[in-house]
Amino acid sequence: MSIFKTSLLSLASVLLIADATSALAATEADYKTALSAAEAANKEAAGLRNQWTVTAAAIAAAKKAAEAGDFDKAVASSNEAEALAKASIFQATNEKTLWKDMEIR
Amino acid sequence: MNLRSEIRLALAALALAALAFAPMQTAVAADTVDPVADAKAFKKFFTDKFPKVKLEDFVNGPYSMNEDMHRQWEEKEQFPPYEFSLDMGKEMFSKPFKNGKSYEDCFPNKGIGIRQNYPYFEEKEGKVVTLELALNRCREANGEPPFSYVRDEMAALTAYMAFTSRGKPFDIKIPNDPRALEAYQKGKEYFYTRRGQLNFSCATCHVQSPGERIRAEVLAPALGILNAMPIYRSEWNGMGTTSRRFTTCNSQIRGVPLAPQDDEYRDLEYYLSYVSNGLPISGPGARP
Repeated sequence: MSIFKTSLLSLASVLLIADATSALAATEADYKTALSAAEAANKEAAGLRNQWTVTAAAIAAAKKAAEAGDFDKAVASSNEAEALAKASIFQATNEKTLWKDMEIR
Repeated sequence: MNLRSEIRLALAALALAALAFAPMQTAVAADTVDPVADAKAFKKFFTDKFPKVKLEDFVNGPYSMNEDMHRQWEEKEQFPPYEFSLDMGKEMFSKPFKNGKSYEDCFPNKGIGIRQNYPYFEEKEGKVVTLELALNRCREANGEPPFSYVRDEMAALTAYMAFTSRGKPFDIKIPNDPRALEAYQKGKEYFYTRRGQLNFSCATCHVQSPGERIRAEVLAPALGILNAMPIYRSEWNGMGTTSRRFTTCNSQIRGVPLAPQDDEYRDLEYYLSYVSNGLPISGPGARP
């Protein structure tokens, strides 16, 4: 392989890596969108009287990370909170009928 | 068609009809609210599961499940850790409010020997009223601020009232009012519903696993579990009310607790107390 080809390949690799890195770095807007989704799901769980403590903890962690300017972490925690809130909604919805399976008769 | 064929056809039709109706009857039975049958089945479940435990001994929670623990409890009862709370409750109960009235004025029989009748269904309000709630309502009606439902003052007052009812069987009534039946049913639903990230219901610990250990604790059976309230818990290093027990259970399974005395908790207390009807009040109690 010629020096020219090797240099081109290296340059392309650097550009690709740089591009991938910039795509991964979350912004404040990303965080706000993710947090908003998490809070909406957690509000729905509250309406079902079935919030989880870990959801609240993940939301708090997201806010703390955002205050520190770490939006990658803030988005990750927000996404985790949303997933947990959705799981609590799933649980509450299913338990509306499933509780009867456990009943002493 | 001969007679034999006709009989066969008739029997087949009957069997088909029976098959068609059977699931419907089961479904109706499952949805029918029958507290008397529930309480009977509840007691049978626990007495079958623990044939050596006397019915009235279930009120002693984990101490009824294990002979060594029972001995420890008997020794502990000689110098009970809830005694300070009992003394405080007695003093608080007799001390007049600023307006000159006292708790005695808010309760039947001046509040003595009545714990076994709480919670009750208040028909005017259409809701369940627990003893803790009635105590705070008494305070507010007499111009006093309400106590926290999870702190020492409420524990002390209920400890004293429970003590004056010791040995009296739980006597919870469900009046002929569809709202009372609905409250009972909602309490039952809450008891069996899984919640929190750990996916536990009250029944997971107190029906499926009484007598088993969860970490260092021996789980109490649901039958008679409220008869000993309030309790001194070594784990808490202090007294705990029924409200404290419910909210702590919820947070332990990583569920956000509701506010003490929210409707769900009142209904839960109504259900759990009703199915323990006939078992003696043993509060205040002590637990590891």
